[in-house]
Amino acid sequence: MLTVYDENELQLTTQVLVIGGGPAAAWAAWAAASQGVKVIVVDKGFLGTSGAAAASGNGIMAPSPENWDKVLWERYRSGNNLANLRWIERVIEKTWLSLPLVEDWGYRFPKENGESVRQSYYGPEYMRVLRKNLLRIGVQILDQSPALELLLANDGSVAGARGVQRQNHRAYTIRAGAVVLANGGCAFLSKVLGCNTNTGDGLLMAVEAGAELSSMEASNHYAISTAFNATVTRGVPFRWASYTDEAGNDLGGYINGNRDPSFLPNALLKGQVYARLDRATPEVKAVIEKSHFIAFLPYKKAGIDPYIERVPVTLVLEGTVRGTGGIRIVNDSCGTKVPGLYAAGDAASRELLAGLASGGGGPNAAWAISTGQWAGVGAADFAKSLGAHAQERAVYPTGKAGIRPHSSGGETFDSEAIVRGVQAQVFPLEKNYFRSEQGLLDSLAILETLWQQVQKNPKQDTVRDVEFSRRAVALTAVARWAYFSALHRQETRSEHIRVDYPQTDPNQRYYQATGGLERLWVRRDWITDAITTPPVLSTPTVGKL
Amino acid sequence: MIELVSHQLCINCNVCVQVCPTNVFDSVPNQPPIIARKEDCQTCFMCEAYCPADALYVAPQSHTEVGVNEDDLIESSIMGEYRRLLGWGHGRKNNSELDTAYKLPQLPRPYQS
Repeated sequence: MLTVYDENELQLTTQVLVIGGGPAAAWAAWAAASQGVKVIVVDKGFLGTSGAAAASGNGIMAPSPENWDKVLWERYRSGNNLANLRWIERVIEKTWLSLPLVEDWGYRFPKENGESVRQSYYGPEYMRVLRKNLLRIGVQILDQSPALELLLANDGSVAGARGVQRQNHRAYTIRAGAVVLANGGCAFLSKVLGCNTNTGDGLLMAVEAGAELSSMEASNHYAISTAFNATVTRGVPFRWASYTDEAGNDLGGYINGNRDPSFLPNALLKGQVYARLDRATPEVKAVIEKSHFIAFLPYKKAGIDPYIERVPVTLVLEGTVRGTGGIRIVNDSCGTKVPGLYAAGDAASRELLAGLASGGGGPNAAWAISTGQWAGVGAADFAKSLGAHAQERAVYPTGKAGIRPHSSGGETFDSEAIVRGVQAQVFPLEKNYFRSEQGLLDSLAILETLWQQVQKNPKQDTVRDVEFSRRAVALTAVARWAYFSALHRQETRSEHIRVDYPQTDPNQRYYQATGGLERLWVRRDWITDAITTPPVLSTPTVGKL
Repeated sequence: MIELVSHQLCINCNVCVQVCPTNVFDSVPNQPPIIARKEDCQTCFMCEAYCPADALYVAPQSHTEVGVNEDDLIESSIMGEYRRLLGWGHGRKNNSELDTAYKLPQLPRPYQS
């Protein structure tokens, strides 16, 4: 990038730079701008269509106040003693208080007895409204502009970012007083709905700049979809499915009336599995077709009646998007270890909200709304504290592998081959859903050779090459952090399943921080809060969508 | 994957070029955009949602290419289906208030998950 695309480089200056184009980025930009600072957003795709939220619909963990306690305890319990009560509470409260704003900005929530029910959204409309509001208040948005690396000042604080503009064929440098990383988790280009923009770029940029990651072992969430449309991973309609094998035998999959969570992974390892939504009553159909219309669009286009026909299903890796690992946040403003650098949404570790259980759906939607705003305000305050000094700082770029050729005419690495190599380690259920020491060591050895390969020169013939070379580095790095963390947690807890350590060990009550580029490391951050026993609860009120 | 930019319906507005999160299209002066990087399509359907002319067709097959016939697709009235679901487009009222997700916890469940 620094050779071919420096000509006509775009150079901008702002107080707060937000990197990302989903709800966390939009909320961060709004919150920062509301503090009276200048804000620029850069997104790889288009703020409005990028990421997991835009392309789907979501529940929002935003119960009305009379249900706060109930939802709080459900969340805490599902976190298996790793979630943090105070954080769950502040996320619920902040989200509840924020949603009326979305309505003011033009989003129409459903009504019940004349009252708005702000507990879910249609993704495209929600993101359209958030974008419209940002433009209204004067936030500058650069779409189709993937960020590639952060800039640091000599004192170690963040000072901006560099990237490329896909459609203008040029590089950009944006000097900023503070930066919010809100560019999503990593789904390893599995094509899971809307998530091919979520390639772990933020995690790589953060580590290169000196930040830490946490709970990266929680990076193996898989979700059900049909096999022909292995992208729309909406699990809700499948609650009313019966499952059969090739020959039509019912596969069961329930223990005492509960769905066995490892039924489907186990069944898929044995052979093809078919689902038919034949348990859905007319009442159920009426609801799920309006709440999860995106799940029915592929059926309609393919001419399939899912209530009558058996359809082959699969599991698609959602990685850290519905897992919880990400950039470690170190304070209530979602700051990182790097002064001036904040993390929000799926780019940040959601361990405080969910432990190693899935943060997916409603909780993640609430997390994006709340951490986006905390990070945005934190970044605005930091930028203000620098004053005019901010733009006088000497800065240097922090990107390492895959960003600038270190020798002219040297061999370049094949980013497509790297991606396929990473996917071959992280996609298979037998490697990543069912983990073992030997399997993880074998995969880490292969990932290490991929890591060595991406140290070669990046191919940079086009802007797309520049982006994809860097993306290949990010995917490799994230896979290494994920498996290195998984190797070191020698127990089974929530979604981290170790077949060689099938029990949850009450003595492993810690988060695993991780990082490192050439040399990986993990650290145990022990949780010292007392374990709180939830009061007895009735049936859950907020489903995972 | 994206399979069709209908030349019969496209109005050359290039909104799809602008909004595609994986930058699949390239604009062409005074012509409909072309599908320049089909292999980058993630089957998210967002281009269909934004297309004001219902001129795009994203086949539901996410990992395999399927042949489509433009006339048949237009005839079948499937073009623009996502916009109808969302209630997006001139003269429509957006459908987000039809969202029933809040009713899900009350539904009878054959099994708990």
